[in-house]
Amino acid sequence: MALEKVTTLAGRGVYIPGGDIDTDRIIPARFMKCVTFEGLGEFAFYDVRIDPTTGEETDHPLNDSRFDGATILLAGVNFGCGSSREHAPQSLSKYGFRAVIAESFAEIFFGNSTTLAMPCVTLTAGEIDQLRQAIDKDPATLVTIDLVNKRVTSSAGHDFPLAIPESARDALVAGRWDPIQELLDNEPAIEKVAKQLHYV
Amino acid sequence: MGKSLYQKVWEAHAVGHLADGRTQLFIGTHLIHEVTSPQAFGMLRDLGLTVKYPGRTFATVDHIVPTEHQDAPADPLAAEMMDALQKNADDFGVTYFDLKSGKQGIVHVVGPEQGITQPGTTIACGDSHTATHGAFGAIAFGIGTTQVRDVLATQTMAMEQLKVRRIEVSGTLRPGVYAKDVILHIIRLLGAKGGIGYCYEYAGPVFDAMSMEERMTVCNMSIEGGARCGYVNPDARTVAYLKGRPYVDMSDFDATATRWLSFASDQDAIFDDLVTIDAGDIEPTVTWGISPDHGIAISENIPDPAHAADALEKASIVEALAYMKLPAGAPIAGTKIDVAFLGSCTNGRLSDFREVARYIQGHHVAKGVKAIAVPGSQIVAHQCQQEGIDKIFEAAGFEWRAAGCSMCLAMNPDKLVGDQLCASSSNRNFKGRQGSPTGRTVLMSPVMVAAAAITGAITDARVLFELEPAAAVA
Repeated sequence: MALEKVTTLAGRGVYIPGGDIDTDRIIPARFMKCVTFEGLGEFAFYDVRIDPTTGEETDHPLNDSRFDGATILLAGVNFGCGSSREHAPQSLSKYGFRAVIAESFAEIFFGNSTTLAMPCVTLTAGEIDQLRQAIDKDPATLVTIDLVNKRVTSSAGHDFPLAIPESARDALVAGRWDPIQELLDNEPAIEKVAKQLHYV
Repeated sequence: MGKSLYQKVWEAHAVGHLADGRTQLFIGTHLIHEVTSPQAFGMLRDLGLTVKYPGRTFATVDHIVPTEHQDAPADPLAAEMMDALQKNADDFGVTYFDLKSGKQGIVHVVGPEQGITQPGTTIACGDSHTATHGAFGAIAFGIGTTQVRDVLATQTMAMEQLKVRRIEVSGTLRPGVYAKDVILHIIRLLGAKGGIGYCYEYAGPVFDAMSMEERMTVCNMSIEGGARCGYVNPDARTVAYLKGRPYVDMSDFDATATRWLSFASDQDAIFDDLVTIDAGDIEPTVTWGISPDHGIAISENIPDPAHAADALEKASIVEALAYMKLPAGAPIAGTKIDVAFLGSCTNGRLSDFREVARYIQGHHVAKGVKAIAVPGSQIVAHQCQQEGIDKIFEAAGFEWRAAGCSMCLAMNPDKLVGDQLCASSSNRNFKGRQGSPTGRTVLMSPVMVAAAAITGAITDARVLFELEPAAAVA
């Protein structure tokens, strides 16, 4: 099964403020009462988008119609920390996001996202702030993530070097972000290791 | 040059390199539960795959279990998840510690209890608190659902090797200072993202002196410090804990024990980073905000954004205090609570309930406070009953519940209501974590939870329970 090669992604961006945005925030636990990932998109950031007391929409950026159709999420430090729930990147992906740009990522979230072909790339706080300002001024600003040349550019003239672990970049660009086939192919080596382990 | 435990375990389990440069790592033990596994089994079926080593996957049900009556009809969604786990275990031949087994419980309590968790092994589970098992000198970490599929299908997964940071805590803990305070203190010092890219090795006299259950409390919260896994080197205490447990092969136990101990980090092992902490600096620690690194000693005041080091920290404090509805600069002690929760994979083991039971006799939960005690497994519940601990809790006004994750993440009926403030022995104080989008969590040790429950406010347990002369506390 050939996988899509994720080389360049372009789209409008939306900035979600705050550091340490955890996966409970991205998808509250009560929405994980399910046996498939279907339908999780509508619950992304639910408890900060809907005022729990009034049931009204809050001033969260995802409720701001200027950012409708954004496919690139911009955030701060340690994005996706906490629970390992893949429901979090699944909900973002199903909401319509195709990539995340942040100052740093929690590891499990990063791995889960890469396996869904949703790149997580890192820029500095200053660079993200410049993009945020450009998007705020003109939400139609096009943000482009170029994984081949390792740049984030924008239609407002930004051009920044992005950081991403080389293994993830390779997996995305070469179309091997889902490793299952490769893992299966190494069956003899797996069985050899299993035999050497006393407890297996 | 010597090797760390992490390196030794990694090398023993490395299958090879993948094209993207990552290692294909053998996962010797796979633990699954009802929330993050059904989709993985779905993917397996879609791809026409089966479980490679069904004997190496162990299932239990924990997140959604009602704890008032485990056998009470769960809601239809919860019932569907439970049915799915049963069917998947049956279809693929996986051992399942179900509600009728007498062995059900939080997956990170069950693994060690059964002796499934062993030194020198790799353990993965679709749950970020899998690092708990590192207390035994295992390399244990949380994974996503697609990786659960990978482990089911191949008993391996793709992973990048981590760096190792050794965290040495020297000296002795003062009375009333517990394992929970140690890990909250470490996270406070190193930050919620300080451990990204690292595995934590917890070493030194304080961890050497800890029981296995205390070590589990510490390793459990590695992820709250950003570290995907954390471990304590196996020693005589580890061996003694495991000896005779159901899944420990007793046929040549001496050889097994020797092999386990051989995984401990060498004296001359090289670490990527070293942090040293003096146990004497650690006080009972509580959180004041919405991230596990928002911790302060019980004697300290809530941070004031006016004194923040920079604009980022200021914004973080302002956001946290607005959510927590706490006054900047005021003492955290005396903050009124509504709910007290004692349980979770962090602090839901026998020693946690025993320790609290020592102090709550003759006391009663304050009027207006809802206090629940939730054992981490059916075996913990049974042991507590044998020792009369359940009765001690009930006499003190706690609701004594059945085993499950309960109000740690509130996927079952145990939830905060509105902006209730909960003194909690769990691991996360995230916004909305305990089931109400405006609910507030203050993390602390079990004995501190008990003190808060009894006085109705966040309280220095050392004073209430006379754990240390008042003069020394001041």
